[in-house]
Amino acid sequence: MLGLGILKGFYITAKNLVGSYFTTERLTTLEYPEVRAKLPPASRSFPFLVYDGDNPVDGLRCVACRICEKECPPQCIYIVPERDEKGKVMKKPRIFDIDYSVCMGCQICVEACPFDSIKMDNIYEIAVRNRYEPLLMHREQLSKPNTYFHEINPVDAIEVDTRLAEEKRKAEERAKAAAAAKAVAAAKAAAATPAAPADAAQTAKSAPAPAPAPTPAKPTTPETK
Amino acid sequence: MNNASTSSAPTTANATEAEAPVSPFPLHSSPFGPSSASGATVRAVNDEFHGDLLEISLGPHHPSTHGVFRMNAALDGEIVTKLKPVFGYLHRNHEKLGETNSYLANVPYTDRLDYLASLTNNWAYVHAVEKLAGITPTERCEYLRVILGELGRIINHVCLVGFLLNDLGTSFTPLLYSLRERERMLDLLEELTGARMMYNFFRFGGLRTDVSADWLARLKHYLEGLFARYLDEQDALLTGNEILLARTQGTGILKPDLAINAGFTGPGLRASGVDYDIRKVDKYSIYDRFDFRVPLGEHGDTYDRFMMRMLEMRESVKIILQAMRDLPDGPVNDPKAKSRGLRPKAGEAYGRIECPKGELGFYLISDGTPNPYRYRVRPPSFINLTILEDLCLGQTLADTIIILGSIDIVLGEVDR
Repeated sequence: MLGLGILKGFYITAKNLVGSYFTTERLTTLEYPEVRAKLPPASRSFPFLVYDGDNPVDGLRCVACRICEKECPPQCIYIVPERDEKGKVMKKPRIFDIDYSVCMGCQICVEACPFDSIKMDNIYEIAVRNRYEPLLMHREQLSKPNTYFHEINPVDAIEVDTRLAEEKRKAEERAKAAAAAKAVAAAKAAAATPAAPADAAQTAKSAPAPAPAPTPAKPTTPETK
Repeated sequence: MNNASTSSAPTTANATEAEAPVSPFPLHSSPFGPSSASGATVRAVNDEFHGDLLEISLGPHHPSTHGVFRMNAALDGEIVTKLKPVFGYLHRNHEKLGETNSYLANVPYTDRLDYLASLTNNWAYVHAVEKLAGITPTERCEYLRVILGELGRIINHVCLVGFLLNDLGTSFTPLLYSLRERERMLDLLEELTGARMMYNFFRFGGLRTDVSADWLARLKHYLEGLFARYLDEQDALLTGNEILLARTQGTGILKPDLAINAGFTGPGLRASGVDYDIRKVDKYSIYDRFDFRVPLGEHGDTYDRFMMRMLEMRESVKIILQAMRDLPDGPVNDPKAKSRGLRPKAGEAYGRIECPKGELGFYLISDGTPNPYRYRVRPPSFINLTILEDLCLGQTLADTIIILGSIDIVLGEVDR
């Protein structure tokens, strides 16, 4: 019958209109500024830097290895490592900038970071009046405490914390084992009378064992000399 | 000039084309010519129209063109006698960028090609790289990819059905219902991937993260509940609607021969009755394990192209439910296959999948460096657009809008 399809359509629309007053699952809109949708923990907008403890500069997990800078697809990260008074490269960033107006929130920097120091934020109200300066985020604006990360993404934060604690524990164990080995070697060297070969054995053993501290010192010393 | 009547227009048009083959249809000139020019020069520029035809420029900013797309049409009364698609307003240098990026860094860029179905774009690119580098995805990952890919197809078709009806000018309501369903699916995807549109979720040999059983259960609940209701509602609302039938049946007929010769792919091709679906023909991934039907049309008109989408959504739901039923346990990512710092051996590969709009292919040449030597996209939207003029000739201007809508283009993919 001609017109039946149209009548059917009226019925459907009327059902939807009336139904939205009775069933909440049909009503999907929110009155935005007053009511806000709860963001899922995984939701991501822009990256930020995580720091442990209270000091946003010394507590930064970032060691300025620049892997994220290299991997970033739109190349919106800019890093300059800190140098001490001798000009030696230190393991923290002096400049860490992310241009939010270029960043596309792909999360590749987060996946690339081996130190869990960069994570995705879920802020979205970042409107500014000027296109250039205010959206270029510096280290100070990017640094946020670990408690904040726990707030926005508790599942991942706990996982990261346990992993970091585990790594720390392993590193300590390794250091302890190295120290014990060192002590044993020293005792052996003391037992054996000649002093010169004992020294050589000691240095050979200690070089690979303790974690990161002595390794960067080695290449830099000849340069500074 | 003024006495050139409509009947003699075609012959004079041919004559001017033969004399001056430069540009029979000046793309960037106003129909009125430069303001300083005399009336005679204006006539010379638009010689074909002879004052009887109206040149109309639809777009580049027009709600009916689905993006920054422009159609230059010549109208005789209400009938389209000439139509040239003009694109390039959104050009983003995608292919050249792809050659300077590493293999992994291209994945988020492919999201931006067809932003209504990012998941399938990711899949096509990752599929091509896996072919190039000889990576085999894990079993669980293959199933999850099918689930996500089909979900991407549903999201795309939901959009298309809504916007097509919006293009008709008859109704805004179906679009609202469609977008409501799309939002629900995007909510699920946001929870999984973290983003609503630019997922960046596929990795070489796997996915970025695993999918939880709870998430899958909710997806299943949704597809069997609210989404099934939406499909039935939309069917009742539209498929038998007399206004829709009158406007879409018999307009924009695409003959199978023309479709095949033009390289037309996707639901539009199947609406013309050509049984060509890469999921069945090429059997990439694990599509040979699922039981599904490829719907075929008869007439190749706008209505058939619309119906193909409605039927395909139901088939996609079937595939997702089958994949969920058979989903094996195990790792999503092969620990040996690494995404970062991938350096495939020198060689070339062409990976293609059936994306919601047709055949999406990526052609890659590697020279052993961390970034592709050549990176080329075969986008379905772009190639499907090439026969827009053939579909629209002899139709009214209002029908041209629906025909464009039924081809289903996304300008990010057309211009790249």
